[in-house]
Amino acid sequence: MTTAVADAHDSHDEHGPAKGIGRWLFSTNHKDIGTMYLVFSLTMFFIGGAMALVIRSELAVPGLQFVHPEFFNSMTTMHALIMVFGAVMPAFVGLANWMIPLMIGAPDMALPRMNNWSFWILPVAFGILLSTLLMPGGAPASGWTMYPPLVLQTGDAFPFLIFSVHLMGISSIMGAINVIVTIINMRAPEMTLLRMPMFVWTWLITAYLLIAVMPVLAGAVTMLLTDQFFGTSFFLAAGGGDPVMFQHIFWFFGHPEVYIMILPAFGVVSEIIPTFARKKLFGHDSMVYAAASIAFLSFIVWAHHMFTVGMPLTGQMFFMFATMLIAVPTGVKVFNWVATMWRGAMTFETPMLFSLAFVFLFTIGGFSGLMLAIAPADIQYHDTYFVVAHFHYVLVPGSVSPSWPAPIIGCRSGPVTCTTRNSASCISGRRQYSST
Amino acid sequence: MIRKSFLSMLGLFVASNVRADWALNMPKGVTDLSAETYGLHMMVFWWCVAIGLLVFGVMIISLVLHRKSRGAKAADFSHSMTAEIIWTAIPVVILLVMAVPAAETMVKLEDSRDPDISIVITAYQWKWHYKYQDEDIEFYSSLARPSLEARRKQSGIDPNAVDNYLLDVDRPVVVPRGAKVRLLLTSNDVVHSWWVPDLAIKKDAVPGIVNEAWFKVNEAGTYRGQCAELCGKDHGYMPIVVEVVEPDAFQAWVDTRKESAEQVASTQ
Repeated sequence: MTTAVADAHDSHDEHGPAKGIGRWLFSTNHKDIGTMYLVFSLTMFFIGGAMALVIRSELAVPGLQFVHPEFFNSMTTMHALIMVFGAVMPAFVGLANWMIPLMIGAPDMALPRMNNWSFWILPVAFGILLSTLLMPGGAPASGWTMYPPLVLQTGDAFPFLIFSVHLMGISSIMGAINVIVTIINMRAPEMTLLRMPMFVWTWLITAYLLIAVMPVLAGAVTMLLTDQFFGTSFFLAAGGGDPVMFQHIFWFFGHPEVYIMILPAFGVVSEIIPTFARKKLFGHDSMVYAAASIAFLSFIVWAHHMFTVGMPLTGQMFFMFATMLIAVPTGVKVFNWVATMWRGAMTFETPMLFSLAFVFLFTIGGFSGLMLAIAPADIQYHDTYFVVAHFHYVLVPGSVSPSWPAPIIGCRSGPVTCTTRNSASCISGRRQYSST
Repeated sequence: MIRKSFLSMLGLFVASNVRADWALNMPKGVTDLSAETYGLHMMVFWWCVAIGLLVFGVMIISLVLHRKSRGAKAADFSHSMTAEIIWTAIPVVILLVMAVPAAETMVKLEDSRDPDISIVITAYQWKWHYKYQDEDIEFYSSLARPSLEARRKQSGIDPNAVDNYLLDVDRPVVVPRGAKVRLLLTSNDVVHSWWVPDLAIKKDAVPGIVNEAWFKVNEAGTYRGQCAELCGKDHGYMPIVVEVVEPDAFQAWVDTRKESAEQVASTQ
């Protein structure tokens, strides 16, 4: 592709990416930004993983061998914050940046400069969060759920925790806006919504979830901030407030958040399995409706994280039934994946192995979720390792597993080249729309 | 011979006694409701096993038979309304079957009317305070000394040598067998949670709120639990011990405590 427009640069600088650090700091290219998200996510995954190793070392044998209890609690808190906000979410945003324009035939994301900011906020946010490890009073140790009043006992790290959560939220909201605008406005002419690939669909739904709930988290942590520093009593009983209200607000964010973390993985697996089974995804439209149902239901189940908090019976019943209902569309998705494999012609390259592991282990994680939904049984499971097991099953083989093969087979063209040669669709075997 | 030993091992495994010794599973507990809770847990578990065997079975068959290396040719179908309806409707029915007994148990759990004894429990960082509402008995309950010494970082004491490590307190809660005990839970500082697995009770202790729970124990014994809501550095070091004794032993305990309380008061 040559440009016919003369410009002021030397002629050998007309094409190609900028040189040096400027290429990355000022990039508005969706692939470069996507790559930065993925590299950032991998780095945070190792940092969070190191914290997990500290946790595991201490828990290996009874007694305290390596760390003080306060630091242990900081490790669990930071491990979760880093993995949730620093590893899983940026990985999927990175994949979205890479794949969505490619998959819908768009030249880039709709708002490339905002895209740049969405990314660069993250290293700042996590620099702030990680720096709290070195502050007096240590890193936050109240759990990633930041329940008051305990979180208000955090030392100097407290305002930095709140600030970094705000920054992460802003990054996610801007990224979500970008995704929605790109998908709604910049699809190739023949691509109606129901012709879009599953990864694009799941990201469209995820982006709406993000816009709906990240502001709620921002509100919740701002109320924590004002309770601590500005004399409010949102969550302090002595001033007429209610600690349980924080839990409601937090989990109103928190439950859709976990679906934010899994829906793009559903999309990835829905691309990989048909490719390696050499058979179209079974029930494509059904899969879209199932993902949308899961997203809708995710808004009305939040108090299943709060069954022991002293909720009225009616409330417990409602949340138990609504939570059990989520098993239905999720089950539909699993059945559809298996039906895609059925009478296909499968080969077992690495991406397929990751996706098969996803189906087995995410399903088991889902079963443990159904067990947790049964409120009387949850009385026994709540705040125990049963819950930890459940969410690690759905998050690690669920969210993290598909993140490994996804960039390997998706992020394929060279840096800053024209993306109309839609290499992703070739690899995924889909030829529903033309690529030029 | 091999078949016999296999079957008997299987039988042993299925017998819940063996599994209870391994402490792998939720305890059946010592109240009617703890047994119902255990029953619900096992029911959902077996449903999940059945569905898992079905789904994974189909998947494994497919992984073996429908491989390109076996010469399989990919079929053409990519949707079936009938299948979608069936595998939406059947799970809904299964969920209803699970939901009904769960709802029944929930109603019973909330029914704390007509208790025989009420105990006001206040959670502190990092100990429990118990006050028997109708008697003049109150005390703090903290981690027992042997555990306290062994838990210190690099204490040099082997935790395996301590009885009921981190599950023992200096003053346990004493209740009579067969009495309906109502708990009124609150907290002095942050959110804690009172949990004894054998009683299938877990209720958050929230500052500014009084939560209610109840239990009625069928079997005398000592039942141990832990704080179940992260409450700071010693969250793992504020256990709960409930001693369930025969009603006359309970009355004797009450009288002894009242006597010693009076003695202390008279020396003030």
